[in-house]
Amino acid sequence: MSGRPEHQAPPEIFYGEDEARKYSRNTRMMEIQLTMSERAVELLCLPENQPCHLLDLGCGSGLSGETLTEQGHIWTGVDISSAMLGVAKEREVEGDLLLGDLGQGLPFRAGAFDGAISISALQWLEFFKVRYFNNYCLIFHLIDCRLCNADQRSHNPAKRLYIFFSSLYSCLSRGSRAIFQFYPENSSQVELITSQAMKAGFTGGLVVDYPNSTKAKKFFLCLMTGGQQPLPAALGVDSREDAPNHVAFSQKRDRVKQLRSGKAPKKSRDWILEKKERRRRQGKETRDDSKFTGRKRPSHVW
Amino acid sequence: MKLLTHNILTSKCLKGVTVGYPLGIVAKEVKVNEVDFNPEFISRMIQKVDWPALCKAAENLGHTDELPPTVVDDYENNEEFLKKAHHFLMEIEVMNGDLICPETGRKFPVTDGIPNMLANEDEV
Repeated sequence: MSGRPEHQAPPEIFYGEDEARKYSRNTRMMEIQLTMSERAVELLCLPENQPCHLLDLGCGSGLSGETLTEQGHIWTGVDISSAMLGVAKEREVEGDLLLGDLGQGLPFRAGAFDGAISISALQWLEFFKVRYFNNYCLIFHLIDCRLCNADQRSHNPAKRLYIFFSSLYSCLSRGSRAIFQFYPENSSQVELITSQAMKAGFTGGLVVDYPNSTKAKKFFLCLMTGGQQPLPAALGVDSREDAPNHVAFSQKRDRVKQLRSGKAPKKSRDWILEKKERRRRQGKETRDDSKFTGRKRPSHVW
Repeated sequence: MKLLTHNILTSKCLKGVTVGYPLGIVAKEVKVNEVDFNPEFISRMIQKVDWPALCKAAENLGHTDELPPTVVDDYENNEEFLKKAHHFLMEIEVMNGDLICPETGRKFPVTDGIPNMLANEDEV
């Protein structure tokens, strides 16, 4: 089973009824989503103790939305999988839900939201390589021909990303942020995503929590409206929290070793004089020392 | 779908639509819930809400409760006004029906409280 579900099927097919239920019942998954949602809200840097109007992009079954409710905010969620939204309805989440495709743009008025979060959704946006076209046509053509046409999404992931980011930029109020926790496939994907976001007018960048731990490492794309601001600090970058395979102070140790050994470093004038002494003690024929012993030679060019 | 959400929804993602606001509502089923009243939140939302669109939406739903036709001055301190605004924005929910684009007439169905804003390939 591939570790990247977005390579298997588009989100509204991958998250069908069974998968949607599985996703929302897996306690480990829920715990991870909860932690990431809380961190995302932290990165939003909202004014304290003020209920805000937030957007949850790729809200799925409402796991992240529940964190928003818990912190006293009012939210609206958008997702492309009706099965996942169905589970969210069953769980009676407080936020309003919308069935929509982020790549088609967000259907909201300008300045409608005080912030946006997105947990584990952004990597789905780019989805849908053309090679899946034939498989799906075969399976689904009798059921729903529209799905085959939907594969045209593969034609331009850059365009979809741009449409998404520019519509997001407009529906956020000035000075607010959008935080995306996602799983980047490779650096070119990150490059594509960040370039389209910058094109759309956002400033900001990538915050990587626990960068030295493969398990705990998390990527948060922090986008800001309203001009250049310093990025929030990442977690787990303090040297005390480093994973054991990171060795600090190793160079210092080497230098100490050198000084302790008591011998002169190789090939220096001192070393040459010591060696000549050693040879004399051994009774070997040795040239006398002079002012030219171990002098720096001009570099030869043969 | 709460009326607060309806108030910020547009159909501008469709091709050929300039403003796409406000969306008309044809409701088949409407529910009224009880939601905790948060005066601070409502007060801030009133600044963002398009009040005439809210009134029109309430009218479309045939809600007989009275919604003041304009925003009252000094509404931040007028608790009665805030409570009315809260009732309309947060407590009235459209469960089934359609949202209608004012420029193209395209319908966005609302099922089980969730509006379907997915556009077809040729509409985007």
